[in-house]
Amino acid sequence: MDEQIIEKVVIEHRDSLGGILSILTEIQSKFGYLPQDALRQVAKKTDSSLTDIYAVATFYKAFSLKPRGKHLVSVCLGTACHVRGAPKIADEFSRQLGIKSGETTRDKEFSFETVNCLGACALGPTVVVDNHYFSHVTTAKVQHIIEQARKGFQQSDPRTDHRIFKIQVNCPVCNHTLMDNEHEIDGAASIKLAASSSGKKGTIRLSSLYGSSSTDSDGDFPKGNVISIFCPYCREELPSELICPECGANMAMMTAGKYATFHICSRYGCLGHMLDITSQTQDSLKEMKG
Amino acid sequence: MITLTINGLEVSVEEGTTILEAAEFLGFPIPTLCHMEGLTPYGACRLCVVEIGEGPGAKLVSSCTYRAEQGLKVRTSSARVMKARAMIIELLLASCPQSKIIQDLASKYEIRQQRFRQEYEDCILCGRCVRMCEEQMMAKAIGFRGRGQNRSIGTPFDIPSDVCRQCGGCIYVCPACTLRCTYTEPEKAICGGCANISPPCIQKDSFNDLMCYMDPCVACEIKKQ
Repeated sequence: MDEQIIEKVVIEHRDSLGGILSILTEIQSKFGYLPQDALRQVAKKTDSSLTDIYAVATFYKAFSLKPRGKHLVSVCLGTACHVRGAPKIADEFSRQLGIKSGETTRDKEFSFETVNCLGACALGPTVVVDNHYFSHVTTAKVQHIIEQARKGFQQSDPRTDHRIFKIQVNCPVCNHTLMDNEHEIDGAASIKLAASSSGKKGTIRLSSLYGSSSTDSDGDFPKGNVISIFCPYCREELPSELICPECGANMAMMTAGKYATFHICSRYGCLGHMLDITSQTQDSLKEMKG
Repeated sequence: MITLTINGLEVSVEEGTTILEAAEFLGFPIPTLCHMEGLTPYGACRLCVVEIGEGPGAKLVSSCTYRAEQGLKVRTSSARVMKARAMIIELLLASCPQSKIIQDLASKYEIRQQRFRQEYEDCILCGRCVRMCEEQMMAKAIGFRGRGQNRSIGTPFDIPSDVCRQCGGCIYVCPACTLRCTYTEPEKAICGGCANISPPCIQKDSFNDLMCYMDPCVACEIKKQ
């Protein structure tokens, strides 16, 4: 079943110091817990005994040997949260979910655990659900948090989030607009680019909403490879001078209005991007937002 | 060769010798539980505690893991050592009162009462069996699991291990389960065989002439539960 996945994870971390921890962390993030078969395979493939792997897996609280629910609720019981009434909150969660700390609901929706400190003492009592932090939690808020988690924490909606705005970009060489009105992403015209990588050619389209990372591509590029990005009209490669702050690959440049340049990382799958505003006047910002 | 002083007596030992070995060579008795010849020193039970250094810099170390140093001054039964050792025995008694070995130790150090919440553990987590299995039997079938209060020894997933050859080495070396008091089965009980000679608990009808020097009596406590 998962043999190949586990083999890949083991090979990836085999040479690194403390590899066992990295391997177990990754397996846990893939399956949500550490299946028994997975631990046996890890032992076999790392040439260590199952006893040692099991000792590590049971030592750290972060690892779970039992399947966990879709949503993980962690209630902080650290000193600061404790004095502000965290035990009552934990009781309330436990009552509403019908499970004790460390258990999973029967419908496999929620796992509930108490932790000793989340490092956000000033915001206590703190509750973390699926990596979303809730501060100053009261027993009255518990039901709301559970409902919200059940619905899923949606990514911000680009149409209503005021932090997200639309940009218009042109080719810096031929100055042809790169906007593609026929193909929409996030409900707005997309940015059309030609791309090639080791003989393969294709078209990539990016969302023109700054802050959204939606993309679309018809080329079959392997993730993590650096690809060449061209203007689809003049066929010139988009010049690059910046280095991606995320992964260190070269970035491709487009112009966004008179005063700004827009850079995207040329590594396929990397979300590195940057809006470089050369002259930060009100005009240029207005132009971009308009 | 390294020269150190143990209880005022000078002794020269090879480099790498532990204080425990040097003291044994001179004939000073140091009680141990987790130590066993042929297994790597582990320092889990802390019974072999000794005092090293002089004056305010003196400190307590476990002699089974501490290597002899040139000019080291060791005291194996100073007041401080005896006090610490008595406390350790009391704690061991609290967790594992049925062990004959621990009962005898308590008797020897004149500990008649322990002040902690009584538990009836089967294991003091000394790790002898784990080391036996790994180092002498080359199996690694059992190991430590969990941590803190939940630390325990056993096979992964609590199912019979496929590398275990059932040699019994782990049971053979266990200081907590060899010669175990089994109160609930009077004919197998070993109470009365311990080194204690003070008047035994008198409330044990069904245990006839069995003795238990503990206060409160372990057997009576178990019966109550």
